[in-house]
Amino acid sequence: MKRIVMSSVTLAMVVAATSFGQRKAIIENVPEIPFSSVPNLLKLPNGEYLGESVAVATNSRGHIFVFHRSANTRLFEFDQAGNFVKEIGSGYYGFEFAHSVRVDKDDNIWTVDEGANMITKFSPDGKVLMVLGSRPPAVLGAQAYPAGPNQPSKKYVFCRPTDVGWDPQGNIFVSDGYCNNRVVKYDKNGRFLAQAGSEKPGSALGEFNLPHGLQVDGEGNVWVADRTNNRYQVLDNNLKPLREITNLGVGWTVCISSGPHQYAFFSNSNPNGNMPGTWDITGEIYKAELDGTVIGKFGHAGKTAPGFQVVHMMDCRNPNEIIVGEIESWRVQKLLLQPTSTSADIKTGKGARR
Amino acid sequence: MKRTNNTMRALLCAILMAGSGLIAQNEVPEIKFDSVPNALQLPSGMYLGEVGGVAANSRGDLFVYTRTGHPTITIGASRPFAHGGSRLFQFDRSGKFIRELGKDSYGFMVASQVRVDAGNNIWAVDEMTNMVIKFDPQGRIAMLLGRKAENVNVPASRGRGGNGAGQPTDLFDRPTDVAWDAAGNIFVADGLGNARVAKFDKGGKFVKSWGKKGNATGEFANVRSIAVDAQGNVYAADGGNKRIQVFDNDGNFKTAFNNVGNAQALCMTQGPNQVLYVSNSNPPDDIDVDGEIYKMRLDGTMIAKFGRAGKLLKEFGTVNAIDCRDEDTLYVGEIGNLRVQKLALH
Repeated sequence: MKRIVMSSVTLAMVVAATSFGQRKAIIENVPEIPFSSVPNLLKLPNGEYLGESVAVATNSRGHIFVFHRSANTRLFEFDQAGNFVKEIGSGYYGFEFAHSVRVDKDDNIWTVDEGANMITKFSPDGKVLMVLGSRPPAVLGAQAYPAGPNQPSKKYVFCRPTDVGWDPQGNIFVSDGYCNNRVVKYDKNGRFLAQAGSEKPGSALGEFNLPHGLQVDGEGNVWVADRTNNRYQVLDNNLKPLREITNLGVGWTVCISSGPHQYAFFSNSNPNGNMPGTWDITGEIYKAELDGTVIGKFGHAGKTAPGFQVVHMMDCRNPNEIIVGEIESWRVQKLLLQPTSTSADIKTGKGARR
Repeated sequence: MKRTNNTMRALLCAILMAGSGLIAQNEVPEIKFDSVPNALQLPSGMYLGEVGGVAANSRGDLFVYTRTGHPTITIGASRPFAHGGSRLFQFDRSGKFIRELGKDSYGFMVASQVRVDAGNNIWAVDEMTNMVIKFDPQGRIAMLLGRKAENVNVPASRGRGGNGAGQPTDLFDRPTDVAWDAAGNIFVADGLGNARVAKFDKGGKFVKSWGKKGNATGEFANVRSIAVDAQGNVYAADGGNKRIQVFDNDGNFKTAFNNVGNAQALCMTQGPNQVLYVSNSNPPDDIDVDGEIYKMRLDGTMIAKFGRAGKLLKEFGTVNAIDCRDEDTLYVGEIGNLRVQKLALH
C-alpha cells in the first residue's frame, strides 16, 4: 500500500489535536454496515461492577473475558450468554492497571498490564502458566510519572506494554508500549528472538510512536496499531515492515478474525475527553480484507449505547459479532453486524480502495 | 460573635447595595425543630466518614455517599495509582441499611454529593475522580460524565490552574453537585477547582458552560452546590463569594441572593410552591461561626432559619448536603460530625 503523504494543512490539524489524539479518517465513501447492540450483555453478580472496560476477548466456547480497571484491576469471565462465571487472579501480583486480554488457540488467557509491566499467561482454569516482564522493586518507593527520555529498552523488561499476540507456531509478539516504542518477538517459551523499533519513538516504517494494539494473522504477519503515528503497520514474522495503512484515522486498536477467511477491524476511536467536534469525525470502526480493501464501517461516538465511549479493544473471533470494550463508559457491547456478502465485498471494496 | 456581626454588616451592605428589600438575617424567624436520634442504623463494623451527600428517592429510601478516609496509593511500575476512598450506602425510610452501591467502583475516591433524579436514578459526584456517575434504580451504571486521571501525582499537584472556565467538555476539576431541569438536561457544579456550571443534554452531550474564577457577576469563587427550579432556572451556590447566583436555563444571569453566607449546600423542594434550603456552613476548623440553615423563597426572600454549628444533635458540623423531598423532614449530611441527621421541622 502506497504511503499517503500528509499535506501541510493535515499536519497542522494533527499538531493542534495532539493532546487529544484525534484524526479524521482520510478514506471516503465507505459503506455503512448496519448493526445492533445487544442490550445489557453482561450480567454481573449483585454488587459487582465493571470499571474502565479496556480489554475484552472470547475463548473457543464463546466465553467472554473482561480485564478492567475497577478500584483495583480485575479479570472477569462470563459465559456466551453473558452470565458471570468467575473471577480470575483476584489480588494477583501482575494486576495493577489493565490494558489488554487475549485468548490463544488453546484457550489460555493472557493479560497485559501496563501498571505492573507484566504479561501473564493463565490456563483456562485460571492458573498462572508463564509471566513475561516484571515489576520494579517496590522497595525503591513510588515512581513519579517518568520524565525525560525513555530508558534504553531491555529484552525482558517492558515499559507500559499494550498488547500480545501469537503466530501459528506459538511465537509470542508484544507491543511495548507507552514508554518503549517497539514490537518484541519471543519464542513460545518466552525467550527473546527479535524486536522492531526501540525505546525511541519514530515515524519511519518499522518505527513506532505508541504501539497500542497488536494482532497476528494466519500467515504470521504482525499487525500493529501505531497510535500516535495515526497508522497501522504490518510486519512480517521476523518483524520486517511490509506496509502501512494511513487512511483510517488514529490507530487505536486492531482485530483479526479467525477462520479461513480472515478480516481485519480497525477502530478510529474517539479520543478521551469528548472535546467538541470529536464525535463528528471519530468513533467509527472499519472492516477490511487483509489485503487492505476496506469493506465497510460502523458505529459512532456517544455516551449511551450503541454509541462508543473510546473503544479500547475489540474481539472479532466471529467477524459478524464484534465485542468492544470501552474506556469512558465502563461498558462492553456486543455488536451484531449484518454480514457482508462476497459479491458486495468486491463491489464496495473496489469503490473504497485508495 | 464579633465575626458574625461583621459578616452580617457586610451582608447588609451587600443587600442594600443590591437594592433588595430583604430583611436582615438577625430578623429572620427561627424554626423549632428536633433531630431524630439514631436516624440511620449501620450494620456492625460499618461506619460513615465525612458525608459528602445524602438524598432520598421517591419511596423514601435514603442514599448516603461518604468518604472512608482511606483512598490508597499503590506503587505501579511507571507511575502510582490511587484506589478507593468512598462508599455509597442505601437505607430504607426507617433508616435500616439495605445495600451498598458501587462497591469498589473505579469512580469513588472522595465523595462530593449524591442526588436522585425524577426517574429515581442515583447520581454520585466525586471530587477526586472528577466523575459524575449515574446509577439506574437497580444500581447499574447508566451513564458517566468525566474521567478519573489514570495516575496520581507524587508529590501532590496543586490542581490544574487556569481561570476556572474549564474546557468545553466533561473534563471536571473537583465537581461538587449535579441537578436536572424538567427536560432532563444535566447541570454540573464544577466546582472547587474549576468555577463554572456545565450543561449537558440528557444523553450526556456537552451543551455549554459558564463562569470562571472571580467575584464579578456571573463569576464564582467556587461552585459548591446547584439546584434547578421547575421553570429551569439554575441556582448556583457561590459559597466563597457568600452568595447564590441565579441564571436562566442558558446561563444568562438573573439575580443573586447575597444574604445566605457561605452557601455550601442547597436543596429545593418539589411541587407547586418551591422553597430553597441553604446551609451557611461553618468552616471545618471552627464551630463558633455560622452553621445555620436558611429556608427561602425562590425570589430570595427569607422565610426562616434554624440550627447552628456544633457537635450535639441539632447542631451542625459543616453541612455539605441537604435532602428536602419532604419539606418538613430534612436529612442533613455533615463533613465535620461524620453523620447524617434527620430533622423534623415544626
